[in-house]
Amino acid sequence: MDSLQLLFDAPILNVQLLLDGLLVGAIFALAAYGMALVWGVMNIINIAQGEYVMLGGFVAVLLADAGIHPLFGVPLAIVLLYALGWALYRTIVFRVVDRDLFISILATFGISILLQQLANQVFGADVRTAEGGMGTLFLFDGMVTVGWVKVLACAVALLTGVALWLFLKYSRLGQAIRATAQNARAARILGIDTDRVYAATYALNAAICGAAGALVAMIWIIHPYLGLAFTLRAFVIVIVAGLGNLLGVVVSGLGLGAAESFAGFVFGVEFQAAFTFSLLVVILVLRSRVLARSRRYLK
Amino acid sequence: MSTLLEIDGVSKHFGGIVANRNITLSVPEGAIVGLIGPNGSGKTTLFNSIVGYHPVDSGSIRFTGRELTRMRVPEIARLGMLRTFQQTRIYGRMDCVQNLLISVPHTREGLFDMLAPFPAEETDKAEALLEFVGLYGKRRLLAGDLSFGQQKLLEFAMALMNQPRLLLLDEPTAGINPTLINGLVERLRRANEKLGITLLVIEHNMRVIMNLAQHIHCMSRGELLAEGPPEQIRNDQRVIDAYLGAH
Amino acid sequence: MKRVDLSLFVVIALLGLVAPLLLPSYTAQLAMLWVMVIFALTWDLLGGQMGYNSFGNVVFLGIGMYACAVIQRDSGLDYYSALALGLLVGALLATALSALLGSGVLGMRGHYFAICTLGLGVAAGEIASGWDYIGAGSGMVTPVHPGAVGARNLFFYYLFFAIAAVTFFVLRHLYSGRFGLAINAIRDDEDKAEAMGLHTTRYKTVAWCIAAFFLGLTGAGLGNLIGFIDPRDVAFSGATFGVWMVLMAILGGKGTLWGPVLGAVVFHVTQELFWSYLLGWQRVALGALIVLIVVFFPQGILGWVRERWPERFGQRVEPEAVDGEEGAA
Repeated sequence: MDSLQLLFDAPILNVQLLLDGLLVGAIFALAAYGMALVWGVMNIINIAQGEYVMLGGFVAVLLADAGIHPLFGVPLAIVLLYALGWALYRTIVFRVVDRDLFISILATFGISILLQQLANQVFGADVRTAEGGMGTLFLFDGMVTVGWVKVLACAVALLTGVALWLFLKYSRLGQAIRATAQNARAARILGIDTDRVYAATYALNAAICGAAGALVAMIWIIHPYLGLAFTLRAFVIVIVAGLGNLLGVVVSGLGLGAAESFAGFVFGVEFQAAFTFSLLVVILVLRSRVLARSRRYLK
Repeated sequence: MSTLLEIDGVSKHFGGIVANRNITLSVPEGAIVGLIGPNGSGKTTLFNSIVGYHPVDSGSIRFTGRELTRMRVPEIARLGMLRTFQQTRIYGRMDCVQNLLISVPHTREGLFDMLAPFPAEETDKAEALLEFVGLYGKRRLLAGDLSFGQQKLLEFAMALMNQPRLLLLDEPTAGINPTLINGLVERLRRANEKLGITLLVIEHNMRVIMNLAQHIHCMSRGELLAEGPPEQIRNDQRVIDAYLGAH
Repeated sequence: MKRVDLSLFVVIALLGLVAPLLLPSYTAQLAMLWVMVIFALTWDLLGGQMGYNSFGNVVFLGIGMYACAVIQRDSGLDYYSALALGLLVGALLATALSALLGSGVLGMRGHYFAICTLGLGVAAGEIASGWDYIGAGSGMVTPVHPGAVGARNLFFYYLFFAIAAVTFFVLRHLYSGRFGLAINAIRDDEDKAEAMGLHTTRYKTVAWCIAAFFLGLTGAGLGNLIGFIDPRDVAFSGATFGVWMVLMAILGGKGTLWGPVLGAVVFHVTQELFWSYLLGWQRVALGALIVLIVVFFPQGILGWVRERWPERFGQRVEPEAVDGEEGAA
């Protein structure tokens, strides 16, 4: 492949692709962190994860259209998506929390379709973006270009992740969440209102995805159908990193971003999404094969 | 009598806990062997290791001379060694007869066998086995609707349907109405004598196991403590101490 | 065969044969009804009967579509010969893929399988979008049927009616024998089935291959009925066909033979009505519908009926009274 050859001939290209990938990977890691949270605490795999990202993105887009800098979209998306997550929990999700996992997958899948099509009706199917307008950073004598907005987005993503981690570790609600994740029944006996914890967790997850989405709108594009791609990315990251492993999530997220960046270059941009989805299938199959060898299953 | 099952120096740990340490015992063909010990002594772990539920850390397990430690659960089952579960596992949404029909031996399962309908003899055999365990009247009920004791009997019948050479029973009388335990023990004995099935039984009910087994091994804290015929074990001070000092 | 069953078959067969003649302007929609029945039945084989909920069955549909379209484009045969060959190749190719992927993908349980197949479905769509040989993003156009539009719809109506009937009877035969019990056992307790020596992987793969075969076959025909194939919105469209497959089977009552058929009929008729009145909002309604059914009505129509009147399904609630019975603990 010519593109592959180019990577060897011009090593500086690798740096460019790597940097682009890592920066966007931080955002993937954020969405994955939220998914791991909901999975670990409530044992729900939230297929609607990507739709929350998408909606967060539209918040930023609408702000930009109104003349406000999309960076303000991050806190606004957090607030709005938190409310949405709470509302969806209280109406739908709470009914599927204690049932078998497939019911929860189907229910969140239904929510995902609902939100996706709603967005399609309200915003239209066009691809949108929220211009950050922040100029470019030049590295290595101008051989590597990085939009400042990308650097900023990555920083915000990492900061949000750290804030979440601190919240979980030190705040009362955060500790209640972690207690419930470890042993819901014990938490209930000790007086923790697990239903409130679940609602807060789910809403928090939506909020994080909203933040991620606002960042995506600034450095990439937003359209009503990008949800599923983000859901599957988050899933891959969580699978590779494992549920309790924050550092693993960050590393896997960055890794996925970088892998996608290179794949997009080597295989062509049209195949970038195909690469990610195929990667999911491959990782799952390999993982279950390896486990089977030692008589275990993906649990 | 030849040795059907040979366990040699098997050890298994979970994290920091050693569940089985250097277990060595053998089960002769046609015998009824008991495995006793206080809770947490590692009996079920040993069963799980034997049937392939999890890998072992060291040691070897041989069934009719074949090494089992690298084989998977279905392969081991097809060799003729089955186990019943402590929590009793049956197919809840199928009726009793269906539960038995699908428990036929699966040694020959080519495409033709898979897609064929059931021969009538198998249904007859299933009903006969249900009669044997006393569930004939309930044969058309969903297995999931049976009581716990009835499910235990169903699981036993399913195991018999599979015509195993060796049957590992994990606490077969637990949860059974005391007045019916004798009936179950009698059926176990009949399965052993008439059908030639070798039994390895984990049991907490001392009266049952002392009457049923010809040879008993006692485990405590992951290790083999003592072994011998029932009268000897019954009076073994180490065994008594293990049970009394267990908690 | 029970009398109720036999009369039901005769009635449906008659209705099926004459329907397009009674309602000629709805022939295409009626043809789609049979397609929906096939969708629901094949999904239920895996999801309802075997407990392996697949979001990716649409892969086989798409493969059938593309395979047939390519054959029709490149083989140089006349319409019907090309179509026949396309049907065959579509079905076989889909089956081959399912056999290939089988042991890998079916080695996963539960939700991992569901999401893996979801990934498979979208990956297929994306790969097809970039592959020039099959038209990349613009897709392909299937050849025009020689004959009037009415004749075309009629032809495909009977084609899908036939495929649906064959699918139904094949599954009916399988469910009544060892195969049906084996996959039910896998659904009820796969660990137990393995512990009893069942060749679980073999059964799972065969089930998947059967579903793939009929979906590939249907896909080949469907591409021709619709007239064009688009990788994201037609062939590998998870958001429409992929979701409908799941929904119809659950709506009608998963794990039963007639449930998916019932669900397909109810869904298709309702959907045709929604289409006329809701226009663009019908997919929003679809999402809401999924949530409602899954949360409030997961047992489906037949499941609900079964709970109300269990005796009618051959399940005894009271055991046959045999006095002096022992063993009842």
